[in-house]
Amino acid sequence: MPTTLDRRTVAAGLLAGGAAAALPRAARAQAPAPLAKTIPSTEEKIPAVGLGTWITFNVGDDADLRKDCVAVMAAFFEAGGRMIDSSPMYGSAQAVVGAGLKALENPKPLFSAEKVWTSSDGPAQIEATRKLWGVPRFDLLQVHNLLNWEAHLDTLFAMKDAGKLRYVGVTTSEGRRHGELEKIMAAKPLDFVQLTYNPVDREAERRLLPLARERGVAVIVNRPFQQGDLTGRLEGQPLPALAEPLGGTTWAQLILKFIVSHPAVTCAIPATTRVDHVRENLAAAAGPLPDESTRAKIAAEIAKL
Amino acid sequence: MSEWWTYRPSDFLLFAPRTYYRLLEHYGAGLWPWQIAALAAGVALLAVALRGRPGEVRLGLALLGAGWIAAAWLFLWGRLASIAWSADYAAPAFVAQGALMILLAAIPLSAVPTSKPQRLGASALLVAALAYPLLAPAMGRPWAAAEVLLLFPDPTAIATLGLLALLPTGRRAVLMIAPLGWCAFQGMTLWTMGAPEAGVLLGAAVVALLLPLAGSLRRRDRAARDRPPASPAA
Repeated sequence: MPTTLDRRTVAAGLLAGGAAAALPRAARAQAPAPLAKTIPSTEEKIPAVGLGTWITFNVGDDADLRKDCVAVMAAFFEAGGRMIDSSPMYGSAQAVVGAGLKALENPKPLFSAEKVWTSSDGPAQIEATRKLWGVPRFDLLQVHNLLNWEAHLDTLFAMKDAGKLRYVGVTTSEGRRHGELEKIMAAKPLDFVQLTYNPVDREAERRLLPLARERGVAVIVNRPFQQGDLTGRLEGQPLPALAEPLGGTTWAQLILKFIVSHPAVTCAIPATTRVDHVRENLAAAAGPLPDESTRAKIAAEIAKL
Repeated sequence: MSEWWTYRPSDFLLFAPRTYYRLLEHYGAGLWPWQIAALAAGVALLAVALRGRPGEVRLGLALLGAGWIAAAWLFLWGRLASIAWSADYAAPAFVAQGALMILLAAIPLSAVPTSKPQRLGASALLVAALAYPLLAPAMGRPWAAAEVLLLFPDPTAIATLGLLALLPTGRRAVLMIAPLGWCAFQGMTLWTMGAPEAGVLLGAAVVALLLPLAGSLRRRDRAARDRPPASPAA
C-alpha cells in the first residue's frame, strides 16, 4: 500500500527525536510542499527531489559527521522529502542512514531506495543491507550498475511477488551502458530506472526518457550536479534572468528545476552534507517549473559558461 | 568493467576529503604518544641507510616489515575500512608484505651498494621519516593528522622503497611490488582529492622504477666503452 505523505507526522517524529531542535525556528516554519510526481506502475505520488548518499554519507564512525548526516536527514523530511537512496558500494553510508533513521524514530514518509551490488549472493547482501537500515522491507531495490542484472532481477521480482518489496529497478550512471539498459527496459517489467541526467549530460533524452514514458517506468536521476563539478563550474557566475520568474535563487535550484520538469523524470537525488543545501534542493521543486522552451534556454545558458 | 575507458579516478573515490582527513586525525590522536617512538625509529632507519652496514640493513628491513603489519592492522582494518571497502583487500597484502620482509631479513647480506643507490635510499627515508609527517600541519591540518612511518601506510611504503635501494636486485624486485602498488593506488586517490601528498607518493614510485633502469643503461654504456675496437679487415 502506498505510503502517504504526512508532514505533521514527520514534524512530530523529528521533535520527539530531538533532531528538529537543531533546526532554526524560521526553517521549521511551513514551506511549500515540493512537487509530487507519479510512479507510473502504481500511481503513487512521490516528491520530485530525494536524497542521495554517495560520498556524503560515507563518514565511517565519525560521531560529529554522523550528527551532521542526521541533521541533513531531519531537514530533508521536514521539508517534505521522502526518497533516500543508497548502495552497498557506498562504504558506511547504509549504516549511517540506518543510524539516522533510528535517531529520527523511523520517519513514516521514508521511501527507502537501495541497491544490490554483488556478483555472488544477492539475497544475503539485500538482507545485510536491510539490517543496516533497520527497516522491515525496502520500497525500492535496484540492480546497481547492471551488475549481474539477470540473476538479481529474478530475485527482486520474486521478492516483489512475495510482498517483500514494492518496486524493482536498475541503475546506471554517467551515461554508461545505455544500450543495454534500453534492452532491459523493453524486456522487463521494471518499476524504476536510475540514470544520470542534467543540463549538460542529456544523452538520456534521446531514447531512454521517451522509452520510460512509453513503458510506464519511473525515472530517478542521479548525479544532477555532476558530483559538484557542474555547480562548482557555475559558482560565481550570475544567474540568467529566466531564473527569477521560476523562483530559482541558485544554479543548483535552476539545474534541479530543469531536471524534474522533464515529463519522464520522477525524482532527482542530489547528495549533500549541508542542511541549507537540502532545504534549497527541495525548495527547487516547490516553486514554478520551466516549460519546454525555458528548459532549452537553461541548457543553453549553462552550455555557454 | 564495461566501458572502462569512460571511468575517471574520481569515480572510485568513495569518501569526501574532509572525512578522510578527520579519520587520519582521530587515528593519530588515538595513537599518541607512539608517534614519538615511530619518529625515533625513522631516524634510526635513516642512519641505517647512511651507514650501509649489511646487518643493520637487515634489522631495518625487519622493522619496516613490522610497520607494514601494524599499518594493516591498526589503520587499514581498524580505521580506513570503515569508509573504503578497498582497505579490506589491501590489508592482507600489507600483512603478506610485512611477513615477507621479516622473512627475507633473516637471510644474510654480503654487501650493500654504495654511492648513488645508497644516497637515493637515504633520501627516500628522509622524506618518509621527517618530511612526510610535516605535510599535514603544513596544509593547515591538525598535528594529530601527521602521518608517521610504521603506523601510517603512506610513509611506510615510501620508506620501504628507500631501504630496498640497498638490497640486491632479486630481493628488491620481490619486495617492491606492494609498496609500488600502494604508492600508485594511494597516490591516485590523494591526487583525486587534490592532496599534495599525492606528488610525493607518485614521485617515490617513479624514482623507484627508474632506478634499476638507469643502472642497466649505465652498465650497458660502460660495457660499450670497454669493448675493444673491431680489428681492421685483413
